Amino acid sequence: MAGHAFRGEDFFSLDDLLSDEERAVRDAARAFVSDKIIPIVEKHHRNATFPTELIPQFGEMGFLGANLHGYDCAGVNNVAYGLIMQELERGDSGVRSYCSVKGGLVMYPIFSFGSEKQKDHWLPLLAKGQKTGCFGLSEPDHGSDPAGMETKAELKGDTWTLNGAKRWITNGTIADVAVVWARTKEGIRGFLVEKGMKGYSAPPIEGKFSLRASVTSELVFEDVKLPKDAVLPKADGLKAPLMCLTQARYGIAWGAVGSMMAVLDEAVHYTKSRVQFGKPIASFQLVQEKLVEMHTMLTHAQLTCLRMGRMKDENKLKPHHVSFGKRNNVRSAREVAKLGRELLGANGICDEYQVGRHMCNMESVYTYEGTHEIHTLVLGEHLTGIAAYK
Amino acid sequence: MQIIVCVKAVPDTATRIKIASNGQKIDQEGVKYALGPYDARACAKAIELRDAIKGDSKVIAIASGFSDGERDAKKRLKDVLALGADKGVFIADPDPEHRDPLSVAQALAAAIKAQGKWDLVLFGRQAVDDQNLAVGPMTAALLGVACVTDAVALEVTGDKAVVTRAAESRTETIEVKLPACVTAQRDLAEEKYPKLKDILGAGKKPIETFAFAWPAPAWEVKKLSAPPPRQAGKIVGEGPDAVPKLLELLQSEAKALTF
Repeated sequence: MAGHAFRGEDFFSLDDLLSDEERAVRDAARAFVSDKIIPIVEKHHRNATFPTELIPQFGEMGFLGANLHGYDCAGVNNVAYGLIMQELERGDSGVRSYCSVKGGLVMYPIFSFGSEKQKDHWLPLLAKGQKTGCFGLSEPDHGSDPAGMETKAELKGDTWTLNGAKRWITNGTIADVAVVWARTKEGIRGFLVEKGMKGYSAPPIEGKFSLRASVTSELVFEDVKLPKDAVLPKADGLKAPLMCLTQARYGIAWGAVGSMMAVLDEAVHYTKSRVQFGKPIASFQLVQEKLVEMHTMLTHAQLTCLRMGRMKDENKLKPHHVSFGKRNNVRSAREVAKLGRELLGANGICDEYQVGRHMCNMESVYTYEGTHEIHTLVLGEHLTGIAAYK
Repeated sequence: MQIIVCVKAVPDTATRIKIASNGQKIDQEGVKYALGPYDARACAKAIELRDAIKGDSKVIAIASGFSDGERDAKKRLKDVLALGADKGVFIADPDPEHRDPLSVAQALAAAIKAQGKWDLVLFGRQAVDDQNLAVGPMTAALLGVACVTDAVALEVTGDKAVVTRAAESRTETIEVKLPACVTAQRDLAEEKYPKLKDILGAGKKPIETFAFAWPAPAWEVKKLSAPPPRQAGKIVGEGPDAVPKLLELLQSEAKALTF
């Protein structure tokens, strides 16, 4: 396709390990991001707005819930799905977050734990981009420890009454449906809460210096009355939302690769054209060392992702593998963005260039969907058998 | 209506071409192949026309080239099938790097005739690798039909097409009787992105093989040379004060401006 002149770094020729279909999906996503996202994202980042006009276009392309089968979802494999997340985050983490929250945290739980009626109603609307969803697990006082949640749902007769609050919810204010996790007599259950229900509000969180081209919100439930069938029938206990998070974190590990590809590309071009002391700064050893560090981190992350994707397609991927991918790749992307910012000097702090935006975005990605530290403890438990967070 | 679109696998536009050490071929290290931008527009238009015409219309994509590896022309046919074409026709070429445009046109014309009825053949105006701009018009000549080049607009009504083409400092609107060949400029159609479902569906569409006895090449490429390296730029001054000097040099030295 002509629209994309971007050539992502591929040091170990991983393209040779992709099927024709996987490459075609990546190339389609790459062209879409180059043509439709990169030209407009700087404005949205500056104005702290989400490009809502892209939502139906994501739907038309098949990016929403792309690895789910049926219900108007594209049904690509997990490597192709990861490549889409990679390309979207090459555009912007906030834009990727829209798609991965919707696919991994809204469509996946409805697909996995919903009734046929819930699936038939919501999944095609969400897949086509006609409706938007969000996922409410984190609370103002309970982030890394969701088991401590205070949001409660009580069933009386045929009506659930929901009370509580959620915070740091991507897509919250613009969501038509929220997948909300609440404590009940029988343990933690998931509920579908619809926009406009009495007592439900979703004010945006203002003043972010990260993920500015993404909507982040609070969800407030004050005696919200839900019909009996608003509950996700097959979601039983905290395991269900944690399964959703494993899906979304898998996409984040790929997204971090996209951010690094964008930053490295910009840094290489910049340092080759920026002349100081009579020669391009790329000819200085201190600059080359930074570029090589960035490149090494990117390449490690790419290898990790492809192996994770193949294991996921073989049903061999475990949550600790995903913790490894999310932890390693996002830590690297955060470091790469910082080095990229350094290499661009003062230009690195202006939104005329991408590195500053990626650097700020990575601060959110480092902390959301399981903080870096919690993933460290998941891996610590894997190695020692001792859960340090319990 | 049967619409045929001829495409070629070319290095993608992000490729930096390097010449192999023997000076006769492109170094294939790290080169990725794709549909060329003009071919992509021709495909988009072919599919748009098919979708606009009621009845039994089909788009057939034809490509000749390598049959395996990164340069496999069948991969580019799959791209066109993912964009919506109905069938692919592949002409294996054991040595596309040394093929002259007339031979390619002969192969395409033979494959087109083998499709039975056809009404319109679309090409990109040029392949962005060797830039010959020759295959479209040559194929039309071999088929004995008119060829309208550099189309920026195309409408089909009955057995006629109205084509607007970009000429020097003007556009020309031409009515041509079908069947005919048309080569696409960039503006002929908006480039389409294949949807994920269509990428998955493309694998289920047919790609037929057309056997062609390639003639001995009509020409031989003797040598490839890289363009001379760019000369260092000249800084004539800074800020608005430098503008008069810059204009003078652009006029007198670079000869880039004429007043």
